[in-house]
Amino acid sequence: MIKTDVLVIGAGPVGLFAVHQLGLIGLKAEVVDNLDKIGGQCIELYPDKPIYDIPALPECTGESLTNNLLEQIKPFKTNFHLNERVEQIIKENNNWKITTNKKKIFLAPNIIIAGGVGSFEPRKFSLEGAEKFENKSIFYSIKDKNNFKNKKISIFGGGDSALDWAIELSKLAEVTLVHRRNEFRGVESSGNKVKELEKEGKLKIKTPFQINSIEGKENITSITIKDESGKIEKISTDYVLGFFGLIMKLGPIVEWGLNLEKKTIPVNTENFQTNKEGIFAIGDICSYPGKLKLILSGFHEGALAARACFKLARPNEKYRFEFTTTSKSVQDRLGITKK
Amino acid sequence: MPKITYIEHNGKSHEIEVSKGLSVMEGAVQNNVPGIDADCGGSCACATCHVYLDENWYNKLPQKEAAEEDMLDMAFEPKKLSRLSCQITVTDDLDGLVVKMPSKQG
Repeated sequence: MIKTDVLVIGAGPVGLFAVHQLGLIGLKAEVVDNLDKIGGQCIELYPDKPIYDIPALPECTGESLTNNLLEQIKPFKTNFHLNERVEQIIKENNNWKITTNKKKIFLAPNIIIAGGVGSFEPRKFSLEGAEKFENKSIFYSIKDKNNFKNKKISIFGGGDSALDWAIELSKLAEVTLVHRRNEFRGVESSGNKVKELEKEGKLKIKTPFQINSIEGKENITSITIKDESGKIEKISTDYVLGFFGLIMKLGPIVEWGLNLEKKTIPVNTENFQTNKEGIFAIGDICSYPGKLKLILSGFHEGALAARACFKLARPNEKYRFEFTTTSKSVQDRLGITKK
Repeated sequence: MPKITYIEHNGKSHEIEVSKGLSVMEGAVQNNVPGIDADCGGSCACATCHVYLDENWYNKLPQKEAAEEDMLDMAFEPKKLSRLSCQITVTDDLDGLVVKMPSKQG
């Protein structure tokens, strides 16, 4: 069990800056995020897209913003629990007992939900009946490529994941790459590579096709694919891999007894607390009159939520407002040594 | 104001007057039309404001950019006449536009 002052859910820019604000006032935070990397939407959806509305940063990218924030919170030596999703929270005396999908348990008086639009999950096949083959014949990620050795594999998608895996798996399996249009959106070199491999007879490409049906009892034996004109083709296959990117789902948050309004959590703007004491919501996931879904708003929200966390984490201490420019104790926390 | 008709997957139709300059997505979200999620808020980064057009309207609209086409790969059941409604800006020319929503956005 990990005891901490604040559990932050979400490692996007707003969660990261909340860690900074907590660190400044001497509170320790642990961060959980369902993605395999830090940065949230910034890193997953638009790492290279320029952002122009971060105060005092005329231009940055999702990636550079994330890196800067990580630099800013470095003094606080925060633990990140990536690839992990908070499943359950239970009130235990003055603490929240928080359990993740990996059965890790945290005990903290405060939870800050900086969950954006929810946790990222793979987009799945919409086909009826596809679900029952999931993790048996249908996969949305690959853990061990050797499981696919000498098998027949149909890969769906046109992005980097689909192309990279088509190239990689074509070395050890019989691969058919299926995509809804003739152009691939992955990097050009990968697109060229799969076309080259097709010419060499090392993999098959089927475009513009989408999945139409799945056949098989316990495991998939074959699928059919269909193009816009209605033409159907059958492919004998052992495994189906879908790489359609990620989608955001609110997930278990809906079961925590929080008030919800159109997939957002209403908060009061004094301290960004939800309807539950010790649970705060900041960033895109919170709503209040006048809410703007901007990163800069999330920074402000985190600053206020952090101060409110202090009350529950240090009930016997008085919170003192201090500036980083002048406060010795704040500068100590930042690891700054005056010469 | 241009009138836009949003038809839910179940056939329920919403005729909405949308101010010029807004996106078709914003027209739906601001008027509580269900069926368009717009998780990313309109930055062409999530494919959850996906709509279907008819051929006439599809050809009449300014063509989609590569980023939208790329994003449509990730949409739920994309078709030939699919668009992302955040990338369609409402103008007078769009008066009478009809968009249909897929059964879900993701």
